Amino acid sequence: MKKIILLVSTLTWAASIHAAEHVIKQKDKTFAPETMKVKVGDKIIFKNNDGFAHNAFSDNEANEFDIGMQKPGQDVTIEMKKPGTVEVECAIHPNMHMTIEVVE
Amino acid sequence: MKMKRDHGNALLSLIVGMTIMGTSVGASENLSKWLRPEAVPAPKDNQITPERVELGTFLYFDTRLSRDGTVSCATCHNEANGWSDGVPKAIGIEGREGPRNSPTVLNSAYQIRQFWDGRAKTLEEQALGPIEADVEMDIDLDELLKRLNNIEGYKVLFENAYPGEGITRDTLAKAIATFERTVVSTEAPFDRYIKGDQNAIDDNAKQGFALFTGKAHCTDCHDGFNFTDGSFHNLGLGDADEGRYGLKKRAAWFHAFKTPTLRDVTKSGPYFHDGSIKTLAEATAVCGNGGRFPNSEKVSPLIVDRGLNQEELELLVDFLKTLEGEPLNIKEPTQFPQ
Repeated sequence: MKKIILLVSTLTWAASIHAAEHVIKQKDKTFAPETMKVKVGDKIIFKNNDGFAHNAFSDNEANEFDIGMQKPGQDVTIEMKKPGTVEVECAIHPNMHMTIEVVE
Repeated sequence: MKMKRDHGNALLSLIVGMTIMGTSVGASENLSKWLRPEAVPAPKDNQITPERVELGTFLYFDTRLSRDGTVSCATCHNEANGWSDGVPKAIGIEGREGPRNSPTVLNSAYQIRQFWDGRAKTLEEQALGPIEADVEMDIDLDELLKRLNNIEGYKVLFENAYPGEGITRDTLAKAIATFERTVVSTEAPFDRYIKGDQNAIDDNAKQGFALFTGKAHCTDCHDGFNFTDGSFHNLGLGDADEGRYGLKKRAAWFHAFKTPTLRDVTKSGPYFHDGSIKTLAEATAVCGNGGRFPNSEKVSPLIVDRGLNQEELELLVDFLKTLEGEPLNIKEPTQFPQ
């Protein structure tokens, strides 16, 4: 039993150290970058570099999320849990959109 | 070609920046963003042609597009009322009152979403909505298409505009959308000022512009040539209309409505989605000083009490008046296809 727990812990630890972090800036009502390729388990950090609120979201089934109202200067981190294409928009500014490709 | 255009804009921006650096507008302000785009945007499959404009113009002004033949698109969106209708809520056939204020059609070609709640992405998607709405023109589209197919004049006009495509929902929407793309604001005093004519607007308006881009934070939403970034906000007006939230229960969309253009805003009152604000002075006070419930959770975080005093609010209105262009003088047809 102890061996199993140790194995699971090791695998989890191994996965976590391989998970990368990727930054998406929101500046001048634009996402930067506009496209991104990441792996399952990677973390996405949304930064609000504008002087007003943003609200990134995606309705794509694989990685549906809505980070809610994000104040200026705030960071919000989410994890990409499944492979697929994630189309991201801002709920306040529909002109803001970008795409994340999540691969295994 | 693109390089040439960008280079031209950069040069103009530099010239304008140098010219009006003497005012309180920051030299770092990107003035080129206020310049009119070179072309009116139109989708690849519905480019603007004279034949399509001619057809769209007839359709837009033709009351036969309503069930009882009393209401046209122009009834609620006419030039005399800033391409709105001058009343708080839209009034359709048989005097039926709609739920919202008629949004201006002016510069809708540049909007990235249509309707107050943004439920249509294109003018083509938008165009048929009011025709079918029971509080507006209230006609079944199939019945309307039959009606139009029985008018020889329209058969010819549709064939000229969309050869071989017939009179369909698609071509009807495209033709009306094409007319709407001709409803574009003309040069206003502000445009001449941005191009370097110091005398185009007075000192009050210049101070108002500085407030607009500075302390009042108007450009957080009313940005660019069309004085809107297409964003959606809850102004905290306190009415029951849930706005964009009606499309999907997303928290940010609760009571959120589209930021309207400010071009020719002097003509398009009453203001806001419920038409509850009669004057520009009131509208400026509501937007600039935090909505009707300043600093509360009932209001978008972008609608903040900026602490604008009466004099500053008046300067903002002085500036907004400089966005009024010359009349478009679009001629309403006196005779319609038979």
